[in-house]
Amino acid sequence: MKLYCLSGHPTLPCNILKFKSTTIMLDCGLDMTSALNFLPLPLVQSPRLCNLPGWSLKDGNAFLDKELKECSGHVFVDSVPEFCLPETELIDLSTVDVILISNYHCMMALPYITEHTGFTGTVYATEPTVQIGRLLMEELVNFIERVPKAQSASLWKNKDIQRLLPSPLKDAVEVSTWRRCYTMQEVNSALSKIQLVGYSQKIELFGVVQVTPLSSGYALGSSNWIIQSHYEKVSYVSGSSLLTTHPQPMDQASLKNSDVLVLTGLTQIPTANPDGMVGEFCSNLALTIRNGGNVLVPCYPSGVIYDLLECLYQYIDSAGLSSVPFYFISPVANSSLEFSQIFAEWLCHNKQSKVYLPEPPFPHAELIQTNKLKHYPSIHGDFSNDFRQPCVVFTGHPSLRFGDVVHFMELWGKSSLNTVIFTEPDFSYLEALAPYQPLAMKCIYCPIDTRLNFIQVSKLLKEVQPLHVVCPEQYTQPPPAQSHRMDLMIDCQPPPMSYRRAEVLALPFKRRYEKIEIMPELADSLVPMEIKPGISLATVSAVLHTKDNKHVLQPPPRPAQPASGKKRKRMSDDVPDCKVLKPLLSGSIPVEQFVQSLEKHGFSDIKVEDTAKGHIVLLQEAETLIQIEEDSTHIICDNDEMLRVRLRDLVLKFLQKF
Amino acid sequence: MDSLVLGNHCWLPDCLLQPLLTLREQTLGLGTQADRKLPAPTPGHLQQNQPLPVFPNPLCQSRGSTDAECQRNENPGLIMDPECSRLLPAFCSVLVDPRQAVADDTCLEKLLDWFKTVTEAGSSLLLLQENPCLVDLLSHVLDLKPQDVSPRVLSFSLRLAGMFAAQEDCFEYLQGQLLLGLFGEAGPLSWAVWSVPTVRSGWIQGLKSLAQHPGGLHFLGDSGAVDALFSLQGDSSLFVASAASQLLVHVLALSMQDKAEGSPSLKGSAWPACAQKIVAHVEASLCSTTALQITQALNVLTTTFGRCHSPWTEVLWGQLSPLVAHLLDSEPVPATHSLVDLLLSVARSPVFASADCTLWETIARMLSCLSPMQTGPLALGTLKLQHCPQALRSQAFGVLLQPLACILRATAQAPGPPGLLDETTQGCSMTVDTLLSSKSACVGLLCQTLAHLEELQPLPQHPLPWPQTLLVEAVVIILRLCDGSAAPSSSEGCRLCGTLAGCIRVQRAALGFLGTLTLGTSSWELVPQVFAILLETLKSPASSPTVLKKAFQAVLHWLLDSPTPPGCSDLGPHTPLFLRELFPVLQKHLCSPCWEVRDSALEFLTHLSMCWGGEANFREVLLASDVPKLAWQLLRDPESYVRASAVTAMGQLSSQGLQAASDSPGHPEVQQGLVGELLHILSVDSEGFPRRAVTRVFTEWLRNSHADVVQDTEWFVATVLQMVSRDLDWEVRAQGLELVQVFLAQTLGQPNPSCPYAVALPKVTPPSPLPEVLRTLCQMQIFDFAFRALFDCDRPVAQKACDLLLFLRNKSAPCSGLQEAGDSSDVASVEATLERWQVGEQGQPLGSLEPEVVLAALRSMDLEGLQSRLAESSDHVEKSPQSLLQDVLATVALLEENVADCY
Repeated sequence: MKLYCLSGHPTLPCNILKFKSTTIMLDCGLDMTSALNFLPLPLVQSPRLCNLPGWSLKDGNAFLDKELKECSGHVFVDSVPEFCLPETELIDLSTVDVILISNYHCMMALPYITEHTGFTGTVYATEPTVQIGRLLMEELVNFIERVPKAQSASLWKNKDIQRLLPSPLKDAVEVSTWRRCYTMQEVNSALSKIQLVGYSQKIELFGVVQVTPLSSGYALGSSNWIIQSHYEKVSYVSGSSLLTTHPQPMDQASLKNSDVLVLTGLTQIPTANPDGMVGEFCSNLALTIRNGGNVLVPCYPSGVIYDLLECLYQYIDSAGLSSVPFYFISPVANSSLEFSQIFAEWLCHNKQSKVYLPEPPFPHAELIQTNKLKHYPSIHGDFSNDFRQPCVVFTGHPSLRFGDVVHFMELWGKSSLNTVIFTEPDFSYLEALAPYQPLAMKCIYCPIDTRLNFIQVSKLLKEVQPLHVVCPEQYTQPPPAQSHRMDLMIDCQPPPMSYRRAEVLALPFKRRYEKIEIMPELADSLVPMEIKPGISLATVSAVLHTKDNKHVLQPPPRPAQPASGKKRKRMSDDVPDCKVLKPLLSGSIPVEQFVQSLEKHGFSDIKVEDTAKGHIVLLQEAETLIQIEEDSTHIICDNDEMLRVRLRDLVLKFLQKF
Repeated sequence: MDSLVLGNHCWLPDCLLQPLLTLREQTLGLGTQADRKLPAPTPGHLQQNQPLPVFPNPLCQSRGSTDAECQRNENPGLIMDPECSRLLPAFCSVLVDPRQAVADDTCLEKLLDWFKTVTEAGSSLLLLQENPCLVDLLSHVLDLKPQDVSPRVLSFSLRLAGMFAAQEDCFEYLQGQLLLGLFGEAGPLSWAVWSVPTVRSGWIQGLKSLAQHPGGLHFLGDSGAVDALFSLQGDSSLFVASAASQLLVHVLALSMQDKAEGSPSLKGSAWPACAQKIVAHVEASLCSTTALQITQALNVLTTTFGRCHSPWTEVLWGQLSPLVAHLLDSEPVPATHSLVDLLLSVARSPVFASADCTLWETIARMLSCLSPMQTGPLALGTLKLQHCPQALRSQAFGVLLQPLACILRATAQAPGPPGLLDETTQGCSMTVDTLLSSKSACVGLLCQTLAHLEELQPLPQHPLPWPQTLLVEAVVIILRLCDGSAAPSSSEGCRLCGTLAGCIRVQRAALGFLGTLTLGTSSWELVPQVFAILLETLKSPASSPTVLKKAFQAVLHWLLDSPTPPGCSDLGPHTPLFLRELFPVLQKHLCSPCWEVRDSALEFLTHLSMCWGGEANFREVLLASDVPKLAWQLLRDPESYVRASAVTAMGQLSSQGLQAASDSPGHPEVQQGLVGELLHILSVDSEGFPRRAVTRVFTEWLRNSHADVVQDTEWFVATVLQMVSRDLDWEVRAQGLELVQVFLAQTLGQPNPSCPYAVALPKVTPPSPLPEVLRTLCQMQIFDFAFRALFDCDRPVAQKACDLLLFLRNKSAPCSGLQEAGDSSDVASVEATLERWQVGEQGQPLGSLEPEVVLAALRSMDLEGLQSRLAESSDHVEKSPQSLLQDVLATVALLEENVADCY
């Protein structure tokens, strides 16, 4: 059993598990932090960005000034943003049988895999994962495609040139594999390969492995996966949460008794408590609005935004913000808000029960009804008519490199009354802000990451007791910035096995048993014999039939009856040849009793010798030797078959037959 | 109606008892004319819903009351009421009737309390002779079949018997078979019902009441009760076990009381048999191998030394101390908690004021051999002792400081003053092991240590030199470990960091201690680092509401009490800088979605501006921030507690001229003014807290002549009263009366000081002549308000109104000219209306109140009488023995009815 690690990002994993004879890809996350090296794509022409000076080498050589621009001491690539794909060289991706998706954030690289590698398998994911994943991809494609960029920079990627660039461009890894965003056509094609599954549904893969999604509590439809054969169990934990937010709670019990537990997708901000961050978010939002400023929240169109809107729903009246407009701008805003209300079966109990009242599970429905929350596909059109300040705007993309957020950064960045509040933990806020410097607007960083923290992981591992834990190497040591925080790493016994990008791990896993079924009529014919209390044995003669990785013992074909008058079959046709079976013997021979028995039967002059392996009983008169060892007995007598048979029967009396 | 003539007959000699009893029966039966001419009935006779009479009956007034009646009125529980005597037989027969179950044993408890006061006030023997049903009750209980015995009734009877037998003559009267039957080996001790804890508890308490005299003591010795007590010490019920242990101590002390009085050096072997028996048992238990028995023995000794300070206790300690010291040789030391309690109890006893070397040695040994968690309480207790060898004090202080010294070492901080850490190095490794062994051990030890030091700090006997700098540094580093900002280099430090990160309990304890550390701080160099960590804690989004509250309190301590460098006049060099950073944080917390945080922030603001409202620096920073504006907005907060705190904060800010500047015309609230806003809250707020806060603020404003109030005080008071009088919350109404009181004090002068030693204030002459003032008060409808409050269904309001009207009556006494001028028909009409009000019909208006009418009404009212009646607790009717007895009987009657219904 092997694990091929194709991604180095612990929360955007992409691993391949070779288990039995199957090849299973676990998630295919797309590392979009590479986009931070690029200049933002402004929706409206930005004179500031257009007029940034080109970057030239120390010696004044300016051949890169078309590709690289300088802004407040940082250098950015002036081109369409590119993303860092999972490793494609480590294993032939066309051999992947299935892809299991954990949540909508971990499927963003799917079109690259399914459309460009010769992949012919099936992708499994839950319905909300697919629907919201589609929204995220649609939004991404839309953001990038609607701002066409004439030029495409590639010179800087040259290894010799990259070495000359300033950080962080100089240190960017695998730049040659960076790719531009996929198209909507590719997205549709990739999504068509997905087969929908429900929690706890058992999916057979080629009869040899069974995979099951379990609720992971992190997002709508998010799952962990159990991959098991009859005697082996691998758990794949990715992006799980024990907090009570909107999704169904995490199913921990089913993870018990795993041989291997692959653990990815822990919180990216282990020191930040989500509750405190939500409080911080609300306080800063209210402070800004009360001072007459605007609030910008760069966010994804699904996920934490539902929880934030719910908090604000409860908070705005108390903070006197009822008259402040909340805008949610995304090409998929409408679908996201509506989808969230229809996936009742994937929600936590509280929200599920609301559906029966009937009420919408999320309170943002009421915010929309009362006109407190308004949503628009983009800043063009209706939005510009309705736009009123001060206001709160939720919009993407959290990297600040594309999407409507770029426009608001340009618009509001100059006033210190305004605030940008970062809630998504995927991007470093300082790097995200770099191309907007100098910036007068206030910046608040309240990353809200509800995924498991290390205390919760340690409780989880104690609870589910896996034999081995496998995790990204980042989790086996404290974060570099807090090297003294020994509590911010996985602490378990035996210590976890760690992996890094482009590494292949042999999992410590021995294949011990296979399950074989016995046909009922064959089972009927068995005659078990109790050889010890509680243990019975029976001999089986059968044909082992193997098909689709399933093994069945079938009764042997009956020996052909010699048909009178018909042509006799040749011996070779009669397969297999069933001979009359000799009984099997078991037990041991007590030497003293055996000697007594010999004496009783008239043998005299018996001598017993001890040997290394047992005993030798010597019948001197008869010149016969009986060699008794642990697993064999030999009677050596010359030419006296009668004597040998007599002796054999005496020996057999001490043994059990079956 | 009952006969008062019979009221004080109970304690007459036997010979007189009989005729009086006959007379009582006659009186009860006949109901003579004299009965109806009785003065105001005693509270015990009042029906529950009967209003208190205010306008006195003229008949009563003419009659005058005797001293006995006065006493009776004041303390009705002290005598056996005839009505109670009448009810007692029925009550006793209900108790012993197995078919009747007493459902509510709180009645029995209250009745026992009553019997206790009765027996303490007079002769129990007479009581029993007068009420033979009580003795019958006790003997009936003994005669019941085992299955018929109710545990509650048995327990009640045992305790009652003990109470009666506390008096020697009564003890002898009951002794015979009765007491032996109840408390002897053949009594309940051997019954099946003994398995009920109530019965065992009743048995012990009965014995404890009984053991007050030598006779009782002998009885205990002879009846085998002491042996039973030994085994009850290990009872499964903690209450029973504790009571048994206390009774043993009581018996020991009682038996030694007379014997050892004259000869302090009396040897143990010459002690009374009973005492010897108990001491022998304790000795045997101390040598036992089971921890439970040792604990029992130690508990008995702890109580003994805590309660008895006679010389014999010294002899006892001399005899037992080797055994106690021997316990320290065991590994692990058994019953450490009890051992600590015992040693401290002995050390605190005045008998051991002289240096007792063995005691101090034992304590010193214990301090060095137990774990830090176990020695903490002993170290604290030792340091609190008045007389204690200096060496031991140093050792104890070292023990207390150990965990903090370890933290400083592990995090490689400056070692503090020389010598201190060296002293505490002993056992340091053990402490580090404890700290690092587990999260719970570490958190427990730190919380305990911090709490102990916090307790020790303000005591006059706290150790000197007090290592202030070291402690502040240790607490700061602990707080840094908790918020994850400490970056220790050692491996121990890293593990501590991992253990303490995000630990709210330790954070709270550390902040609490840090707050008290301002006391006696002289080094102002510490201030910046303290301010820094407090700011970080306040800024951190991870701080929980409770941690924030503690942090606010600590900030207040450090801002208000922190030392300033010499030559620095007002706030010190760090404070203005700190305030500039503090206010943005405060602003954020005022907007917190968590109401507890908004509330604590407002409370903090109130305190801060109360103390510093006059400081120019503070005013400048505050007014430059949005804090006043935000506080104003919180007057409309959805959470009532927050609204209340916002009202208080705004009231305070406004008093100091610090409310939001009125330069923001966009805010309608500002235009309306704070008075308008607060009046709005008072009139419409659905919750009581904000309305109470408003009335308190208004009272303060009036008291301090707030500018908004002084403009038109009469209008202000009248408007507030109009709103308050309709309020449903009694505290608001009471506060309204307080407001009136302040107003009257300002118009009519202070009330006379009730304390004869109080400094007499110079008499304020009212600014305008009295008749005019009274007229104004009438126009403001103050009398209307006060009269309405006088009949308020909530007693504190009525009491306050009564005091207020008395004050007015006294003040208006010189204004006698007005008395005659009153129109008698108006007076009669007002009195009639007031009588209606008294019975709850307050719908009718009082009519136009003229000063003359008011004065006449005031004079005709028995305000003093009302005042004394209102002073009684509100449940005095329900608590009266008569009511309790009736309750028991009524319950039974009800049960009988239910039984009848079944057929």
